[in-house]
Amino acid sequence: MNQWKNFSKGFIKENPVFVLLLGMCPTLGVTSSAINGLGMGLATTFVLVMSNIVVSLIKKQIPDKVRIPSFIVIIATFVTIVELVMEAYIPSLFKSLGLFIPLIVVNCIVLGRAEAFASKNNLVSSIVDGFGIGFGFSFALVLLGGIRELLGSGKLFSITIYPENYVTLLFVLAPGAFIVLGYLIAIINRLKKD
Amino acid sequence: MAGRDSNFRNMVITLFLVTFVAAAALGLVYEFTKEPIKLAKLKAQSEAIEKVLPSFEQLGETYKVAAENGKDTIEIFPAFRGNELVGCAVKTFTNNGYGGFISIMAGIDNSGNFSGYEVLEHAETPGLGSKMNEWFKSEEKNGQSVIGKNPESTSFEVSKDGGDIDAITASTITSRAFLDAMRRAYKAYEEQDDLNTGSAGQ
Repeated sequence: MNQWKNFSKGFIKENPVFVLLLGMCPTLGVTSSAINGLGMGLATTFVLVMSNIVVSLIKKQIPDKVRIPSFIVIIATFVTIVELVMEAYIPSLFKSLGLFIPLIVVNCIVLGRAEAFASKNNLVSSIVDGFGIGFGFSFALVLLGGIRELLGSGKLFSITIYPENYVTLLFVLAPGAFIVLGYLIAIINRLKKD
Repeated sequence: MAGRDSNFRNMVITLFLVTFVAAAALGLVYEFTKEPIKLAKLKAQSEAIEKVLPSFEQLGETYKVAAENGKDTIEIFPAFRGNELVGCAVKTFTNNGYGGFISIMAGIDNSGNFSGYEVLEHAETPGLGSKMNEWFKSEEKNGQSVIGKNPESTSFEVSKDGGDIDAITASTITSRAFLDAMRRAYKAYEEQDDLNTGSAGQ
């Protein structure tokens, strides 16, 4: 497969959030601001790339029946590494993402790529796939977080765009996540048709 | 997928090796990040203490007071300029927040009034309860600030419950929890104060 296609499919064609509808829990939970979305997206990207690398390297050694437990252990290891490193060096981001970091372990995107892609493809393709899907996920989270932050608190990346008196608070709350996501999926579907 | 044969021996060996390597990697990373994590936490704490108290030179010995639920502790950090006590920072908490646990660093000056506070940890709703780090410092409306007040002369209840402090608009639960934490801080401070003067008198 063409590596560029392999990379770019994560943005629109196979975007994990807008098209595959995977990883909805962190998507809806952390996107109350653009910066949270970006942090979550990049953390997930790191885990995706690393687990794809390891899984594609050892895929031949793993007996079929224990492949899922092995993949989960590998993914959980990288998630814990991300968590520890983030707590040590970026404590502010760690504080705002909190509970959602350990939840990357059960994010279907990561296991999904390990199972559906990395365990069947070679190392280079797996790395490219990890970056593609990871950046696609980050892109979706930043878009969602940005729109919600802008509508709900009048800011973008914590920079005030318009005064707080005119905001619709609903958008930073849980219902806002569903509403914005719904509209974004509708728009993406429309774009994909053309 | 052309994996190895799924017989018992292969499965046990594979799982053992995978978990063994994972555990070793985690142990290594843990050792590496242990110190930075501790430093980051201490730094956040000392920055909060500096923010809530009048300027001081050094911190005295930390006191720990057991909270009434017997599980959590309230920490008191006395601050000195030279030999003179300028105030105490009290690390207090409440479990009644809209998102549960809230941890606050409250500063109490020599006259027994709150000189400041910083919210250290919370899980309140963004845009509503999360405003508490600014709201109770602001003088915008008469009754909303807690700075320069103390629970003895002012009733630390939200005005809806008959107290003297105005709650954050649309976040009464968070406001109640915040005041609960501040009352707890003051109580711990008072008890500690009694103990100190008691031992000094003997």
